[in-house]
Amino acid sequence: MKHTPTYDLECQDLAKNFGSFRAVKGVSFDIPSGSFFSILGPSGCGKTTLMRMIAGFEDPSGGDIRIKGKSVLGTPPNKRNVKMVFQHLALFPMMNVYENIAYGLRCNGVSSAEIKRKVHDVLERIALPDVAEREIHQLSGGQKQRIAIARCMVLDPDVLLLDEPLGALDLKLREAMKIELKLLQHQFNTTFIYITHDQSEALVMSDNVAIMNQGEFEQIGTPQELYHHPKTAFVAGFVGDSNRWSGTVTSSDGTGGQVETDQGLPMTFSAAGGTKINEGSKVDIFVRPEFIHAIRANGANKSSADGDNRLSGVVDSLLFNGANSRVLVRAQGGELVEADVTLTGNNDIKPGEDVELVWSSRQAMCFAQNGGA
Amino acid sequence: MQKDIKRLSLILLFAPFTLWILLLVVLPHIGMVILSLREKVAPRVYEFGFGNYLEFLHEPIYWNTLIRTGSMSLLVTALALIIGFPIAYYIAKIAGPRARGGLFLLCLIPLWVSDLIRSFGWILLLRETGVISSFLVWTGLIGTPVEFLYNDAAVIVGLVYTVILFMIVPLVSTLDGMDNSMIEAGYNLGGNGFTVLRRIIIPYAMPGIVAGCIVTFMLTAGSYLTPILLGGKNSSWFTEQIYNQFITRFNWEGGAAFGMLLLLFTSLVIWLGLKLSGQTLANTVAKS
Amino acid sequence: MHIKTTMAGLLAATMLAGVGSAQAETLRLLTWGSYAPDVLVQKFEEEYPDIDVEVTFSNNEEMIAKLRATGGAGFDLAQPSHDRIYAAQLEYDIYKPLDLSKINTDVLEAKLLAGVKENTTIDGEVYAVPHQWGTSGLMAEKTMAPDFSSWADLCDPQYAGKTSMRLKRTILLGTAFSMGENPFEAYSDLEKYQDILDKVADKLIECKANIKAYWKGGDDLSAMMLSGEIVASETWDSTAYKLFDQNENIVFIPPKEGALAWIDTFALPRKAKADDAAYKWINFVLRPENVTLMSGSTGAIAAVQGGKDLLPEDKKAAVNAAFTDADIDNLKFFANIPPGVEDMEGKTLEKIKAATGG
Repeated sequence: MKHTPTYDLECQDLAKNFGSFRAVKGVSFDIPSGSFFSILGPSGCGKTTLMRMIAGFEDPSGGDIRIKGKSVLGTPPNKRNVKMVFQHLALFPMMNVYENIAYGLRCNGVSSAEIKRKVHDVLERIALPDVAEREIHQLSGGQKQRIAIARCMVLDPDVLLLDEPLGALDLKLREAMKIELKLLQHQFNTTFIYITHDQSEALVMSDNVAIMNQGEFEQIGTPQELYHHPKTAFVAGFVGDSNRWSGTVTSSDGTGGQVETDQGLPMTFSAAGGTKINEGSKVDIFVRPEFIHAIRANGANKSSADGDNRLSGVVDSLLFNGANSRVLVRAQGGELVEADVTLTGNNDIKPGEDVELVWSSRQAMCFAQNGGA
Repeated sequence: MQKDIKRLSLILLFAPFTLWILLLVVLPHIGMVILSLREKVAPRVYEFGFGNYLEFLHEPIYWNTLIRTGSMSLLVTALALIIGFPIAYYIAKIAGPRARGGLFLLCLIPLWVSDLIRSFGWILLLRETGVISSFLVWTGLIGTPVEFLYNDAAVIVGLVYTVILFMIVPLVSTLDGMDNSMIEAGYNLGGNGFTVLRRIIIPYAMPGIVAGCIVTFMLTAGSYLTPILLGGKNSSWFTEQIYNQFITRFNWEGGAAFGMLLLLFTSLVIWLGLKLSGQTLANTVAKS
Repeated sequence: MHIKTTMAGLLAATMLAGVGSAQAETLRLLTWGSYAPDVLVQKFEEEYPDIDVEVTFSNNEEMIAKLRATGGAGFDLAQPSHDRIYAAQLEYDIYKPLDLSKINTDVLEAKLLAGVKENTTIDGEVYAVPHQWGTSGLMAEKTMAPDFSSWADLCDPQYAGKTSMRLKRTILLGTAFSMGENPFEAYSDLEKYQDILDKVADKLIECKANIKAYWKGGDDLSAMMLSGEIVASETWDSTAYKLFDQNENIVFIPPKEGALAWIDTFALPRKAKADDAAYKWINFVLRPENVTLMSGSTGAIAAVQGGKDLLPEDKKAAVNAAFTDADIDNLKFFANIPPGVEDMEGKTLEKIKAATGG
């Protein structure tokens, strides 16, 4: 099979074992040129090992890695045109900004006039033209971040790996850097592979996201696909917030039907991930809070809410967070259900009120347990 | 009231330190300076003057010995660095946590016995009828026993063995503080092993290197037993000159002058070393 | 209340302890290694239960340096060699005169006593009496170096790389004698002595290539000699006697120029605090039965009448193997060192050490 180099990075059955521990179990994926690709997974899922194999710091136990169509197995890290932004950035404290950026160019034997031009160029592009002579410790967190990226980008890499580089920043800066990273990626038009355990980072920035769990990819797709059409229960639970029930199917036509939860609630559902759900099978059902409408039990517009699932309960507490506010409703069975609400500031739902929760069966994503994924 | 108690406790806390510095460091040195400036003109008659220092300058034996001591100490320091750096790197970056303790302990062992015993150990190994020579004869590599003892090489080996720990400890502590990703970044950005060592690891470890070199150099230049016991017929060491002045020649004034000269000389070498490496005392010795 | 009684008790105990220590005297000896064997110290302490003996081992130079540092305090009895007292006393005032009436001088060998008295009398006061005497000379492994007989033989090319010496004043003096000079006579004319030293230095620098290594103490000398790494060396007689015990081919050789004889003495440091205990120790070690124990430890001959006969049997054999009566007549006793000579000699030694002869 002849690969045309429209993919910057291809991995095939990539595996890594540490003794008897299988950190990465035969992962395959292709990343098209110029896209922003995230690998999202809980800590210990093998994503860092995967990244270190791509960078060349670990030798794969099996499979192949191709960059621009060429296998890089056996190529030492310093000969791969894959650059990496480390978790703690790993800027060299004994060099100033200029020297940090020039380091890679010097290693490649670039002439000093050329180095000067390139460094100033890249500093312009990251909008920090005046910091060349500063020492690393004089930079702010966000500036360091950008210098770390510039240090890689000045080498014009085929692929840039980023290993949770936002983890050390405070929340506000992290939000700003998310957008900035995305913009930088557009500007450089280089393939970024971003590793994180923070789903909001992955969803906001990425063109494509791979969800990784226990050494395997659960699903690769656009953020919207992952959010709205998860293929596995793990993805549904890991990406975004969900209310989750376990239950047994009472009637099914294969793509949807009736289920009774373990707490005894009847519910209508639709099968997710393109699987067929049979009567009597144990299932997990996920419903996102924004698809559940909370309506006052005696409210005037009770009938206006549309949905084939209804559940009544009492408001336990109100989680105010501006546009993302939620209510926690204690249902009859005793469990808590989260639902988004729009709080206008007058005549809002208050704790203690009786409410009715309404959602559509199309939003009740159902996965068969054991082997559904 | 509260403030007074606080001040009192501060004074009490610092008192031993101040006394120590004053009584055991400052006063003896002042005494040495005064003693070194007394010229002996007749029994029990002394005059103030720089004669003892002038004698040092006029007698090539003395300054030759000082220069010899200084250059051999530099060589020992350099060897300790070259041998100690890979060991420190292995301990800090490669060895597992358990192996680490064991390796540190191994480096400590030479210090568990006194200078004298350590030197006798080397004598047993290196002498003509010693372990190494006998072994080489036994293997047939050499026909007749060879004397490895009583030469400058034996002195250097013995000194390196003694001081290498003082090189390794500060190196381990600085290398330990170095994030592994710094090294990986060095490779990732295109550096080969040599570039990473030269541009990243060594500059990062510079404070530790300088601290280790200062301690090693001072210890070596000031050592006495090892050069005396392992050295040969021509191996003069400056501390031996000081001992001779004080003990054999009863010339305390000259001995004091020599002591001050050794102090000045080593300080000068260290100052030069700091200038050349662009480090300061504050971020090297004081840091580790 | 309770605390008060405890305090009072402590106070009383401290005072008692103070009284106790005033009664039990301490005798602080500053002497040579092996000059205070444990058996004798124990025996002495049994005989005089009130006296504790504390021993500090040293050598001539360090004894003077130690006493000079304190102006003669810190020790109650010192044992420098007879030639190292006069100048040290003149220059540093570190000793006090002896009360000869408190010493059992009758047992001392009259000639040695007279010699030491003559050497150490300043302004009519005597500062030392003899204790042990011995010689510095040569030793050789008889089968390997049968004709070894002179200081100059150390530099004989036929023994190249097989001889050793200690780079101290003894070898300067021995070499001077072997060159036909009499350094002791030159002590009165320091210019002449300097000429002799210069000649000796040239000779010893030339000789450096012949020497395997300079020995620094009895241990390394013994090791080199027993292992056969060297066949002859300048030596203290006691070291040679010890080696004779282990290898009968290693004998002490009084050089034909005359072995250099030293007498270790008793002298009181100027600020000594236990003079009575010091006199008790002197008289104690001069008793015949103790002389044998002492000589067994030191390897030297006691300066008492019949000292040679009081040697332990094995030492007696070694001495008889080494010395004829003619050798004893030929002994050169170290002469008093006038002030300044140590400095001249020290400088000469430094010159030899620094020279790159081989």
